[in-house]
Amino acid sequence: MSHHIVEFEDVHYRYPDGTAALKGLSLRITHGESVGIVGANGSGKSTLLMHTNGFLLPQKGSITIGDLKLNNNTRQEIRKKVGLIFQNPDDQLFMPTVFEDVAFGPLNLGLSPERTRECVKEALETVGCLALAKKPPHHLSGGQKSAVAIAAVIAMQPDILVMDEPASHLDPKSRRALINLLGHFHHTKIIASHDLDLILDICKRCVIIQEGKVVADGPAEELLCNSRLLEENNLELPLSLQKRNLSSGGTMDEITKLRHLLGHWAEHNTEHARTYQDWAKTADSLGRKELAGLLRKIAEETTAMDAHFQKAMELCR
Amino acid sequence: MHMADALLSPAVGATFWAGTIGAITYCSNKLNRNMDDKLIPLMGVLGAFIFAAQMINFTIPGTGSSGHLGGGMILAAILGPYASFLVMASVLTVQAFFFADGGLLALGCNIWNLGIYPCFVAYPLIYKPLVNSESSPKKITFVAVISGIVGLQLGAFSVVVETVLSGRSELHLSTFLLMMQPIHLGIGLIEGLVTAGVINFIRSSRPEILQGASAARPLSGSVKIRKVFAGLLIAAVLTGGALSWISSANPDGLEWSIEKASGRSELPKQERGIMQALKSIQDKTAFLPNYGFRKPEVTEDGKGQPSWPAIETGRSVSGIVGAAIVLAAVLLIGIIVKVLRKKAAG
Amino acid sequence: MFDNAYFNLGYLDTLSYKDTFIHRLDPRTKFLSTLAFVVTVVSFPKYEIAGLMPFFLFPVLLFVLSDIPVRIIMKKALLVSSFALFIGIFNPIVDRRIAYWLLGIPVSGGWISFFSIMIKFSLTITTALLLIATTSFPEICRALQRLGMPELFVSQLLFLYRYLFVTAEETMRVVRARDMRSFANKGSGMKAYIALVGTLFLRTVEKAERIYQAMLSRGFTGSLHSMRLYRFSTADATFFCLTVAAMYLFRTHDLVGSIGKLAMGAF
Repeated sequence: MSHHIVEFEDVHYRYPDGTAALKGLSLRITHGESVGIVGANGSGKSTLLMHTNGFLLPQKGSITIGDLKLNNNTRQEIRKKVGLIFQNPDDQLFMPTVFEDVAFGPLNLGLSPERTRECVKEALETVGCLALAKKPPHHLSGGQKSAVAIAAVIAMQPDILVMDEPASHLDPKSRRALINLLGHFHHTKIIASHDLDLILDICKRCVIIQEGKVVADGPAEELLCNSRLLEENNLELPLSLQKRNLSSGGTMDEITKLRHLLGHWAEHNTEHARTYQDWAKTADSLGRKELAGLLRKIAEETTAMDAHFQKAMELCR
Repeated sequence: MHMADALLSPAVGATFWAGTIGAITYCSNKLNRNMDDKLIPLMGVLGAFIFAAQMINFTIPGTGSSGHLGGGMILAAILGPYASFLVMASVLTVQAFFFADGGLLALGCNIWNLGIYPCFVAYPLIYKPLVNSESSPKKITFVAVISGIVGLQLGAFSVVVETVLSGRSELHLSTFLLMMQPIHLGIGLIEGLVTAGVINFIRSSRPEILQGASAARPLSGSVKIRKVFAGLLIAAVLTGGALSWISSANPDGLEWSIEKASGRSELPKQERGIMQALKSIQDKTAFLPNYGFRKPEVTEDGKGQPSWPAIETGRSVSGIVGAAIVLAAVLLIGIIVKVLRKKAAG
Repeated sequence: MFDNAYFNLGYLDTLSYKDTFIHRLDPRTKFLSTLAFVVTVVSFPKYEIAGLMPFFLFPVLLFVLSDIPVRIIMKKALLVSSFALFIGIFNPIVDRRIAYWLLGIPVSGGWISFFSIMIKFSLTITTALLLIATTSFPEICRALQRLGMPELFVSQLLFLYRYLFVTAEETMRVVRARDMRSFANKGSGMKAYIALVGTLFLRTVEKAERIYQAMLSRGFTGSLHSMRLYRFSTADATFFCLTVAAMYLFRTHDLVGSIGKLAMGAF
């Protein structure tokens, strides 16, 4: 038994029209990891994601998910473990109402109607969409649709979440809400996206794919600073790193890199502090005074850290 | 060419509903037994596609008028008869509800007219035997046009028969036919050309769709289709015959059934005052002498029909006065309820 | 043209998710009542006008009880491609025998039967539109399923409804792109139409493939389960019984004639 939850070993896949999409791709992902998959258009990202759910089966090589080797017979079992969230939520929300859509998976798993009801409620609560339960999908906004699509998948309680461009059609606020939401999940996450800032925010690890092979694999914060590597893959530096006047081209020295990262962390810190404040207010309104007090304290200490970040950034100059 | 509720008699409407529900059930059972699950979303989304495609207009060459697509033939060529009939039926159902095209009672007729003929006559008897994966685009065009025309001619003929049988229109069978069939010759031609165009388009860009769908269609020879169609026809004729027998033997179908249900118990005759006055008025005037289904027979001569009302001037004036009062009362009730509801809400 | 039709559709759909007494009724109640209404109305013979008047009560009550804007429904009813009008208008032409004189003006049987058709038309169309304005389409589908429609057909209806709006929006974009670049009669002809419909078709098939994958990834094995619980409440029973009783009364008793006589007698 492997301690890896997802394991691709020398996977090859060629489409019927002759396009070779995967040419010996190997990848190991352990429990609880968040992995961003990036690469140019046509590099094989989508093909890779289709393999995680057994829609495509490797023509050469093997894929292991949990204890199961992916093949025709294990597909059904594997789909219970891997929740795939599609790029366009309209493809994924096919039932007439939000409630029925989220209930679709649990009912197929054979849960009783009562248990399903609980599951659906819980999942919708997690994504903050419980109030939408009775609505038909075509009455939802883009952000609501993608949140409900996520609820529909987590209602099945998968171990692994796989996402294809989760934020491509969201406005900045909905995108931020999605990033915060995903940050709270403890599932193993595999996210394919061109939105490198999103990867930087959610994923610790990043994998760059080129012509059906892994060309780089490492900490997201390191790979996504490497502008030469990114350019080779039709990508560019994440905006959050760009705006700090990065000299174009070349690899940064460690100290410069650290300075950029500090700026990035500081930004997050401020934002987290704000979130804690917001939740403190919510707790207040629910009458949970002690909880609210504690949250305020966390927020204060977080804000206090801002100064440390500023100091550290100055020292990097 | 949507049949409308207002032109139908209940007997004709019910007959075609019976035939349509029979066809829907038959197709569902047929598909359930040996269908690829893939077909469920494909049929649904194709229904939405046909619905949307029908809303697009295009200019008909040489006429300046605009036409749109029916869709039955395209669906049949891609999905085969059973699935295409269900998709067509669903498209017409949604139209009946959202656009009130025709109405609820006429929906049975509309599904029959626009679904049965392309899916169960034109496709299995003309299109399928003549077109295969090697047919040239020209041949496909030719066959699709013929199928389109046949489907629509039968549909138009069906509309005429339904209208004439219902007896709400004064149009004679021959005049009506002369009016409807030529128009639908043109519409059928356009339908065939568009169908052929789209099928050729698909064949040149994604030929595997046509083959993949044909593998998914559980059609075992056209003999069976003929049998199915004959069965449906017999069922419809039987239902229609039974209903029209009931209605002609009992001039007022509703009253007849009500009498049966209430065991012919007559109202006690000791009413006084207004009730008495009302009753005596009604006895004397008998304003509605022949309520009920008109005998659904095709009348070529049109004159001297049994349903000609023997109305005298005096009675008709009281009818008009009464109608005005009732309408005013209906509006008044509406306004009162609205005001009461507003008060209750505010 | 297309935009209008689409927005109308969306508006009617939005209305159906309101929450009023009528909206809350069991969909079966509303469907069966409407069907009974339509059948009763069309069961009146060819020359009947007066007897149809009391039937206006049903749509009027539905309008006020369900807060549906009258104008919208009326506008839609007028827009309905009127096959009934087209066929009915032949009645006055064919049948010109004078039925009676009204204030010195001769009225032919053809006009009477024509007006009878038009009144039936407005009654049946308005009520059908009110049904969809007060009952969301998925509910109507579930009602049909409960009344014995095959599950496969019902799931077909549900899918069609779900993707109607997605497909229509996509189509609207393509049609706009066509109209933006076509002038006079050029560009909106059959050739462009075929290419447009063909492209839309291919996209539709691809969409269906993705939906199928999404279904499989959530354990689809061939059936769309429904979890809706419908209960036939006292309100439903009351509504249905009252409707049927009223229609029975209106159909079997000459209310209009009697009231008219009474009114004339009073003068």
